[in-house]
Amino acid sequence: MKTAVEIANDVQTGATTAVAQLDAAYVAIEARNAELNVFLHLDKEGARKIAQAIDARVAAGENIGPLAGVPIAIKDNLCQTGIPTTCSSKILEGWKPPYNATVIDRLVAAGAVPVGKTNLDEFAMGSSTENSAFGPTRNPLDPSRVPGGSSGGSAAAVAGDMTSISLGSDTGGSIRQPAAFCGIVGMKPTYGLVSRYGLIAFASSLDQIGPFSKTVMDSAVLLEAIAGHDPLDSTSLPEPSPSLVSHVNDGVAGKRIGLVKELYEGADESVINAVMGAVAALKEAGAQIVELSIPELRLGLSAYYLIAPAEASSNLARFDGVRFGLRVDAEDVTAMMEATRTAGFGAEVKRRIMLGTYALSAGYYDAYYGQALKVRTLTINAFQKAYAQVDMLIGATTPGVAFKFGAKSDPMEMYLNDVFTIPTNLAGDPAVSVSFGKGEENLPIGVQLLGPGRSEASLYAAARVLEIADGRS
Amino acid sequence: MSPSLSRDDVAKVAKLARLRLTEEELTTFTGQLSGVLEHANDMNSLDLSALQPTSNPFGLTNVTREDVIWKSLDRDAVLAEAPDAQDGRFAVPRILGEAP
Repeated sequence: MKTAVEIANDVQTGATTAVAQLDAAYVAIEARNAELNVFLHLDKEGARKIAQAIDARVAAGENIGPLAGVPIAIKDNLCQTGIPTTCSSKILEGWKPPYNATVIDRLVAAGAVPVGKTNLDEFAMGSSTENSAFGPTRNPLDPSRVPGGSSGGSAAAVAGDMTSISLGSDTGGSIRQPAAFCGIVGMKPTYGLVSRYGLIAFASSLDQIGPFSKTVMDSAVLLEAIAGHDPLDSTSLPEPSPSLVSHVNDGVAGKRIGLVKELYEGADESVINAVMGAVAALKEAGAQIVELSIPELRLGLSAYYLIAPAEASSNLARFDGVRFGLRVDAEDVTAMMEATRTAGFGAEVKRRIMLGTYALSAGYYDAYYGQALKVRTLTINAFQKAYAQVDMLIGATTPGVAFKFGAKSDPMEMYLNDVFTIPTNLAGDPAVSVSFGKGEENLPIGVQLLGPGRSEASLYAAARVLEIADGRS
Repeated sequence: MSPSLSRDDVAKVAKLARLRLTEEELTTFTGQLSGVLEHANDMNSLDLSALQPTSNPFGLTNVTREDVIWKSLDRDAVLAEAPDAQDGRFAVPRILGEAP
């Protein structure tokens, strides 16, 4: 399959058309969607109109933009006007947003063509898409295994050659972990770099939208197109979109890279070997490797599984049968709300709402939520100390390769899969997962590069070195 | 702070969160939520009294905009997606008389 950069170039030069690219995407989607359950909704009519308009503008000699005519898959927790948006929850089934997320407007402005909405763990809570109310997504590389989550559908769309790029969201690893499991590139940008306006909130202080792609260059092109200040998101960083594409081939010569014990210890042997192989490749390319231990990162999981549920319990209070989606009628308003939420939310969402409600309740607030916010400070301080010594950090994205369906039936066991990705979200920093090496059953392994806030350009340059070293020029 | 949750604790939390649980769910959730809180013991044993809590990693606070009229959602478009609407408003069942 062609990369987004190649498609955009071909559309702009007239070698192909946006409509032809869209038709090809739908053929690829329909060939495997029944088997893999990647898309929950396809917007064929709307996408065709956008593609036709692009072709007309190309014919008129206009310069379309960096994503000219590129079909893109959208995680179904991003609002798109008039397109069913479910968060893979029965509580939102049938609801059609009356507005676009800012990222949708920016994608279309850059020439991209949104083709449809992809499956996720309900409200982005999960690491396998097994928590979707509409059935799990299967990993295109091995359909007996999960694609990861929560953005499993968006990762599978790219890994399954349905679209060259897609958007996901990452609260505790929901872009990087599925990217690792599906053998692609997934970037969790700096908190506030991409507007969250129109992203249905899970944990607002951690959520961040980001790109999936096969190549590092496509990731940079897509992120550059959606990043930059948005007055509609009060947590949006004040500056315009950074220059990323021009730095992808900067290399790592002279960079100091910290190999962090806590970001690979406990992982499968094949994963540790992949991380060491990546370290060797970076060293070969001129980086200086510094071995580090950051013990504070071990506390991240506990802090995250109190902070994220606490924020979720507050954010998901809005699903009460009044303004959108499902309502289960009952004799009075409280009974209606209880009946609606009981019928509308799945088990994992209920678990997290209750955990968060407990962590925020009188008598426990200081011990759980308050303490977790201080651990967040501790994590940030520990990262800052590390970044005083090195330019970026390296570790594993996940402890193992994509697991089989049902392999992690205990919630705590599932949560432990996020141990290497969570600390970044607590710090608000960026991190990218790039496929490097293979593990059991020839399944892909993700290596994670982490940097301080706003260091996406350096992370892409290092990821590009690894991409080349792994045999993808 | 004891990390283990009782069934009564979970029942109380479910009520606060407007969720109804069956007896079986109450048992399952009590065990699972206790497991998560027990994991948090590693954090709770630390003395972090010298640290300030962080809610925004970059310290953005009280972001405001100019007080000018700004685009907003169309009322009819919003209400069209609501479960029930009446006279340009969201409609809900009886609200008086319940004891939450």
